[in-house]
Amino acid sequence: MTMTETKDLQVPPMSMEAAPRSGVVANWMPQIVLTPTLISTFVYVFLFCGWTIWISLSKSTLLPNYEWLGFDHYVSLWSSRRWIVAFTNLFLFGALYVFFSMLIGLILAILIDQRVKGENVFRTIFLYPLAVSFVVTGVVWRWILNPQSGLENLMQDLGWVSFTFGWIVDRDLAIYTIVMAGVWHAAGFAMALFLAGLRAVDQDLVKAAQIDGAGVGRIYRRIVLPSIRPIFVAVMVILLQFAIKTFDLVLALTTGGPGISTTVPAIYVYDLMFQRGQMGEGAAAAIMILLALACVLIPYGLYQSWRARQEVARG
Amino acid sequence: MASVAVEADAGRQQGFDPLATGGGRRHAQAKFVVYLLLILFALYFLVPLVVVVFNAFRELDDINRVGVLGLPTTTSLEAWSTAWGSMCIGGTCEGISIYFWNSIKMAVPATIISTILGALNGYVLSLWRFKGSDLLFGIITLGVFMPAQMALLPWAITLGSLGLTNTTSGLVLLHVVQGVAFTTLFCRNYYVNIPVDLMKAARIDGAGFWRIFHRIVLPLSPPILIVTVIWQFTGIWNEFLFAVVFSSGSQQPVTAALIALSTGDTGVRYYNVESAAVLMAAAPPLLVYLFGGKYFMRGLTQGAVK
Repeated sequence: MTMTETKDLQVPPMSMEAAPRSGVVANWMPQIVLTPTLISTFVYVFLFCGWTIWISLSKSTLLPNYEWLGFDHYVSLWSSRRWIVAFTNLFLFGALYVFFSMLIGLILAILIDQRVKGENVFRTIFLYPLAVSFVVTGVVWRWILNPQSGLENLMQDLGWVSFTFGWIVDRDLAIYTIVMAGVWHAAGFAMALFLAGLRAVDQDLVKAAQIDGAGVGRIYRRIVLPSIRPIFVAVMVILLQFAIKTFDLVLALTTGGPGISTTVPAIYVYDLMFQRGQMGEGAAAAIMILLALACVLIPYGLYQSWRARQEVARG
Repeated sequence: MASVAVEADAGRQQGFDPLATGGGRRHAQAKFVVYLLLILFALYFLVPLVVVVFNAFRELDDINRVGVLGLPTTTSLEAWSTAWGSMCIGGTCEGISIYFWNSIKMAVPATIISTILGALNGYVLSLWRFKGSDLLFGIITLGVFMPAQMALLPWAITLGSLGLTNTTSGLVLLHVVQGVAFTTLFCRNYYVNIPVDLMKAARIDGAGFWRIFHRIVLPLSPPILIVTVIWQFTGIWNEFLFAVVFSSGSQQPVTAALIALSTGDTGVRYYNVESAAVLMAAAPPLLVYLFGGKYFMRGLTQGAVK
């Protein structure tokens, strides 16, 4: 992605020869300045990745043991019921979280786009959850969704005795409470990006359609929304990344329960590595998370470079 | 990434009013529906904040009787002072304050160091490009996409051998290494817009690497540095995975302490005190958001790849 982006930057590089006469150190200053970051990046991205892959193929359990084992950890990972639950949850949660965050985000952006008064106030309110950590989000939503302390209790106190809302303690429904809290956290973010896109739509096109007598719905469906398609893709990719990395929200909201019903891959990785002393299998699970991210990011990278080529072709 | 880098606060003035297409009465009705929906959504978004603020001003037996959803009943700040100085978290009864300071001691140095490194890297990668520097930039930004899970075990082993397990310095190191990918990306994409002529002129005048950075680049930098600082600070403050894996007990940052507190013992819940603690843990990034909203927004649209 970054590679394609650099193409449109036509800054000619400064040649080293043009530098004023000075010592060797001065000539190599750019490279020297970059060195600490290059070393840390090399260690962090390549060495650490390789290390984790190695651990996943080794006999490591409670302690690192670098003897070769093969793919046993992967086999036992994929035959563990908890991992299957975690992965299924990721698909279910990811799909709903991305869909509803985008839907609510788009509705909010379109509403705000109607020249409303107090736009800044609304924007601030819709976006503040993003400044709040997942931990805080999870803790507060747990209180609200807990039948004993939250909404159910309130409704019953108000006289609606038959009201029940116990999703968070229900094995089959608890995952949807995570979607609710997650959407609360991310919808404003989607709104902000969509709004920026809506504001960039060619106004002449819209005016022309308006003069032709097209209604609001039609203008949005036929002109505005198609022109912000790249933003849809970007928002979706970003939210999918969030979904795949989801960890603290679930831990704070349900701690993966009731039972194992809301476990997600990131939680299982943490459990295997640091609670159960199963380093090798934990590493294998971490690699699955990496692969899941790659499944999202690589097509996106290709899409971006395809778009860049289209732009160039169009001149 | 390029497509996401849109300025949210740009182009506020819109050329047309989409609702103006109908007649006058229809227009008024449509406006009414728009405001109604916006206000309903706003209430939904505000509920959690209002709940914690209210609870921090309620008597405990009132909360225990009617639950966490209720109006404030007291103006006493007792819950706040207990939360700050004397509530018990994981066996230590010194309040949230020690964890709050841990977070400060972690987030402030990590933010400063990663921002300085990012600014210098960005400067090199945009204005002192050399053969292969674009490739290096690509490699550095790979760090943005790498899931933290891939680094957990290597970090645990590395921090152990450096003697940095369960120390704030260890967490600072971790956040700097991880954060520098973001700060470099931000700064590089900003500096790339500095006119080349400015650089050329300075070099003809005999200015060197540091002098150009100091005299030309730094004075142009405040917008991007504010964005970077806000992004790093809120990100590091709110981070939880590294916090919970690499620290324990009285060394924990506030996010980890909050989990320990709220999922810990199953005995009596002090919701009022916990609410005050939650607010304290959430306050720094929220204040940054409220006062630096515009910059927060920019960081978001540029760094949203996280």
